[in-house]
Amino acid sequence: MAREKSSKDNAQALFNSLRSAYAVTPVNLKIIDLYVGFAVFTALIQVVYMATVGSFPFNSFLSGVLSCVGTAVLAVCLRIQVNKENKEFKDLPPERAFADFVLCNLVLHLVIMNFLG
Amino acid sequence: MTTVTNMPLSDLLKSFKLKTKQQELLIRVSILCLVYILAFITRLFSVLRYESMIHEFDPYFNYRTTLYLTQNGFYDFWNWFDYESWYPLGRIVGGTLYPGLMVTAVLIYRILHFLRFAVHIREVCVLTAPFFASNTTLVAYFFGKEIWDTGAGLVAAILIAICPGYISRSVAGSYDNEGVAIFALLFTFYLFVKAVNTGSLAWSLASAFGYFYMVSAWGGYVFIINLIPLYVLVLLITGRYSMRLYVAYNCMYVLGMLLAMQIRFVGFQHVQSGEHMAAMGVFFLMQVFYFLDWVKHMLSDTKLFQAFLRITVTCAVVVGTIALGLGMLSGYISPWTGRFYSLLDPTYAKDHIPIIASVSEHQPTAWSSFMFDYHILLFLFPAGLYFCFKRLSDATIFIVMYGLTSMYFAGVMVRLILVATPAVCLISAIAVSATVKNLTVLLRSKNKGVLTGSTKGSSSSRASSKALLDQSQPFQKNGAIALLFGAFYLLSKYATHCTWVTSEAYSSPSIVLAARGAHGNRVIFDDYREAYFWLRQNTPVDAKVMSWWDYGYQITAMGNRTVIVDNNTWNNTHIATVGRALSSYEDEAIEIMRSLDVDYVLVVFGGVTGYSSDDINKFLWMVRIGGGVFPVIKEPDYLVNGEYRVDKGAAPKMLNCLMYKLCYYRFGEMLTEYGKPPGYDRARGVEIGNKDIKLEHLEEAFTTSNWIVRIYKVKPPNNRW
Repeated sequence: MAREKSSKDNAQALFNSLRSAYAVTPVNLKIIDLYVGFAVFTALIQVVYMATVGSFPFNSFLSGVLSCVGTAVLAVCLRIQVNKENKEFKDLPPERAFADFVLCNLVLHLVIMNFLG
Repeated sequence: MTTVTNMPLSDLLKSFKLKTKQQELLIRVSILCLVYILAFITRLFSVLRYESMIHEFDPYFNYRTTLYLTQNGFYDFWNWFDYESWYPLGRIVGGTLYPGLMVTAVLIYRILHFLRFAVHIREVCVLTAPFFASNTTLVAYFFGKEIWDTGAGLVAAILIAICPGYISRSVAGSYDNEGVAIFALLFTFYLFVKAVNTGSLAWSLASAFGYFYMVSAWGGYVFIINLIPLYVLVLLITGRYSMRLYVAYNCMYVLGMLLAMQIRFVGFQHVQSGEHMAAMGVFFLMQVFYFLDWVKHMLSDTKLFQAFLRITVTCAVVVGTIALGLGMLSGYISPWTGRFYSLLDPTYAKDHIPIIASVSEHQPTAWSSFMFDYHILLFLFPAGLYFCFKRLSDATIFIVMYGLTSMYFAGVMVRLILVATPAVCLISAIAVSATVKNLTVLLRSKNKGVLTGSTKGSSSSRASSKALLDQSQPFQKNGAIALLFGAFYLLSKYATHCTWVTSEAYSSPSIVLAARGAHGNRVIFDDYREAYFWLRQNTPVDAKVMSWWDYGYQITAMGNRTVIVDNNTWNNTHIATVGRALSSYEDEAIEIMRSLDVDYVLVVFGGVTGYSSDDINKFLWMVRIGGGVFPVIKEPDYLVNGEYRVDKGAAPKMLNCLMYKLCYYRFGEMLTEYGKPPGYDRARGVEIGNKDIKLEHLEEAFTTSNWIVRIYKVKPPNNRW
């Protein structure tokens, strides 16, 4: 009983400390995190759909999932580059980071559109 | 960079009022221009000696597809179904080739035509490989600059411009995928290392495009998609990971994978084939790893983090192994294909896949090949590894890994010496550049010591060390001068060796043979083209030609006739059928030939000229491949006591099989060498066993002037009465 209570306490403490640490992140980073979460959620929906209906036009399924995964990954890269706490990127102006992000997304979506079939 | 102290040169340049930085830039640019031109012209030996033609076998297929692309446009090319090869089956060319080379050549052709240079597409094809070799030297310079410094970059450019390992597959006329692929390989690696060094999304995007170009050019892209995840894994394990690595690898992997799937030949392999799973595994590992890193950064309490870490790691490992296990067991993730599996287990191909084992380029490498192709780079390579380990950074770790893995593969298969060449050149360049720099620093240190001693008041320790240095000055200086002369001597020997190798070994077109006549004059054997043009001009347009698969591409490209099997070797059973037909008695063979609608049979015979790459020497492979599918063909039937003979003591099945009859028909009356009996086979060095050959179902249609290519016509069935 005591072990159960302590592990539940542990989980609770973990959750609380994570929440408090996350609450101090700046708003722009939270927006990017929201976008990443949305993209991953969309990818999960697509996978569940494929599991139920079958993967016949496999290229369409792949292009859908990879576009979600791709934008999620690129958004994470943007977050890394814009985050003030990362010493390696302190010389990088956030406008340049955002421009790179937009360019990569453009290429990603052009290829997706070619691949959708 | 140290100042230029060579007096006359700096005086000359000072007269142009150039500052030191500009002098250095001028020297670098002029060196690079000279290297660019050198790389191009050293590959032109065969064009100057013979003519501007396409070499070997595979390039003829590439040339034919390029011709089709220029005439019919990209859409028809991408959807082309070729009914002129693999006779009853045809070949989906659009979906089974790597289009990079052809598209590149046609692009250059269109640009030249736009500038009003009316060149023929064949000239563009012949010179594509040297042009891209020159571009590779530029990429090698930038890569060397990224890894070490500009000196190493310059030396790398020079070394790779003339290295025989690269020249062997990129000589003028060798219009093959590797000519473009090595440029794409080095370019992709350079862009990726630049992306890891800068952490910029733009460079990662560029490396994804470089990877796309590599995938479109050559099947060896599998090396990139396995080396880069291995490199990322090594960085993660050794603790050198950083945010830049995350940005570089993820952007390159996702975009590169998507772009690569646009090539029909590659298709969905990036998510379904075992060879590509390492990249995906590392991708997921990176997400987990960096997520944990982020959580650790956010949590202040380490105990809580340990708990979280344990939960997440166990979950991730369990999910990962379940997914991988399910994939492999259900067969969804296909295992490593024979071509690449034989790299990990070299004995696999000999036992299981004779076609792969029979290709001469797939044999393991001998030491002499290494020495021949690399010369002094062989011992500069370990020296360079030492320097790389002394100054470890993300870039040097990459080049060390590239060097070591590619050297392993170069040892397994001769053809892969080509892939190892850029790594060996770069690492050797580091050794050369660092050594020469240290030696010249020694040479100049006396002058610098005097200068600083007179202008600055230094501390006592510095003064004493300068005194020590001054005392041993003459000995060190002489040693440095001697070593520099030694380095200069070695490098000049390297240049001589490379030029000699290029001239003697790697500039032969294979389709035109040359020999020295009795009076020392040069004799040219142009039999292959003679035979193909005879086919083109003297046979019906829909004639079907049966030959061994080596000559298929050349027959379709130059003879313009339908063939039964060609170098693509995608259908082993079809090749085995041809092998069976050629190894059977004439009566059985004619049945097979009639079932395949064969009109002409083409064989290559070297007995009159002493040409040793003919069909009789390749015959045992035909027996093995045929016997692999049709057990009625047994290899021991053709051997006597395990020995392969064609003279009187040969096995009776050998003396009467179709290949023997076709090669030696009417040869028994021929006098080939002074003092030897008629029917003396100069390639095997024996008198043949069966001189009185009669053909029942075939008749001789054409034999070239030196008897190298012989063409036979299949007679229609006799009338019944």
